[in-house]
Amino acid sequence: MTTKSLITIKGVKDGLVFLLDDQCEFTDLLRDLRDKLEHTPHFFNGPIVYVDVKLGARSITEEQKSEILDILKMKGNLLIRSLQSDDKVEKQPDYQVHTLTGIVRSGQVLRHQGNLLFLGDVNPGGMIICTGDIYVCGALRGTVHAGAEGDHNAIITASLFSPTQLRIADVISRPPDEWGVTQTQMEVAYVDNGQMQIDKITNLQRIRQDLKMFKGV
Amino acid sequence: MGEAIVVTSGKGGVGKTTTSANLGTALALLGKKVCMVDTDIGLRNLDVVMGLENRIIYDICDVAEGRCRLNQALVKDKRFEELYMLPAAQTKDKHAVSPEQIKDIILELKKDFEYIIIDCPAGIEQGFKNAIAGADRAIVVTTPENAAVRDADRIIGLLESASLSAPRLVVNRIRPNMVRSGDMLDIEDILQVLNIELIGIVPDDEHVIKAANMGEPTVMNPDSKASLAYRNIARRILGDTVPLMPMDQKKSVLTRMKKFLGMG
Repeated sequence: MTTKSLITIKGVKDGLVFLLDDQCEFTDLLRDLRDKLEHTPHFFNGPIVYVDVKLGARSITEEQKSEILDILKMKGNLLIRSLQSDDKVEKQPDYQVHTLTGIVRSGQVLRHQGNLLFLGDVNPGGMIICTGDIYVCGALRGTVHAGAEGDHNAIITASLFSPTQLRIADVISRPPDEWGVTQTQMEVAYVDNGQMQIDKITNLQRIRQDLKMFKGV
Repeated sequence: MGEAIVVTSGKGGVGKTTTSANLGTALALLGKKVCMVDTDIGLRNLDVVMGLENRIIYDICDVAEGRCRLNQALVKDKRFEELYMLPAAQTKDKHAVSPEQIKDIILELKKDFEYIIIDCPAGIEQGFKNAIAGADRAIVVTTPENAAVRDADRIIGLLESASLSAPRLVVNRIRPNMVRSGDMLDIEDILQVLNIELIGIVPDDEHVIKAANMGEPTVMNPDSKASLAYRNIARRILGDTVPLMPMDQKKSVLTRMKKFLGMG
């Protein structure tokens, strides 16, 4: 085994605590859990033990929850007392945007981890590379790369949308010639089925449901 | 203490040397004590444009390496008492001097001169770094072409990161009739991208080429449009408020008649 086990079992006063890794893929987790139970038979063949399952920061669906329980139920002597993940305690961080101002000129590269609100122009030959979303409040004439670490949900918006090239994750697009200077409204670029799409900024809510929407009264 | 102004552009052939020569001469014309410094080592031109090629004895490399004193290398202009030039070396290359050496030379010159105009080579490498080393301000020259504007943008970025902030722009070789017909970038387009202060626009003028070939800066000729433009830029360097020349130079028949009759 190359990595450390995804399942850690600890004995406590009145039973066992299963600590499940919260970073790995869920399917890997299930496989490891099954392995663990099957390959240490002597441990689980005794009298009834109470089991607490701790999922760490992972949040799971009802379906996934029952998958875990099904595996644990294979061993008749395990009595599941609780199944907890502490993500409910730890509130998910709010959507955060870093704000910068200036001009990204030809030959300059602005790199940022996260989402970026750029108040200024991106000139031809200039570049912004971001792991999250990019909002340009100004003229976008250069190249921008949103979701640079592979996030296909990332979006790009600009007040004046006239980019040299757009990149979202691994999707690269050149603006068609007809974009020209006729644009009168702010636009947003996003990826849908592996294709770069451009839409009005007002349709952003349909593209990104995770962004909080303003609803008037 | 004088002020050192570097004339730069990134792209070659947009008129750095012509602008340097004309601004230097125009400032001398306005009674200032000026020294022009050619930092284009290996491809020196400023001496040719100024018509001073045959007076060169020492050059900037000789000064940097201590083979002569600074004022031994200075070439006095044939037209103005208070206009000098420090020529570049023709037989070496950009690596023959370091930014520190240039900085020291410029600092020395600033003691004696009111304005030092530094002619920068094309490109963004060693030569450019040398040229900007001692400068207090920068003038970026561009022409109304996308490639030149792109390079000017790159240069402005580099100037800003070298904390030569607020460079000013000269748009060279404007052809008003091409701008009017929409075949040439207009000033507004250029300014929108570069977003720096405009210090002058110079119309495309055949006289500039003729004058450069004769070793006589255009500004000496008061009839040329480009000459007037350069004189205006020089006045703006001194801090005067001079309105931009109207680009529309199409004269009506009436004004031409008036001029012919000596009334205009």
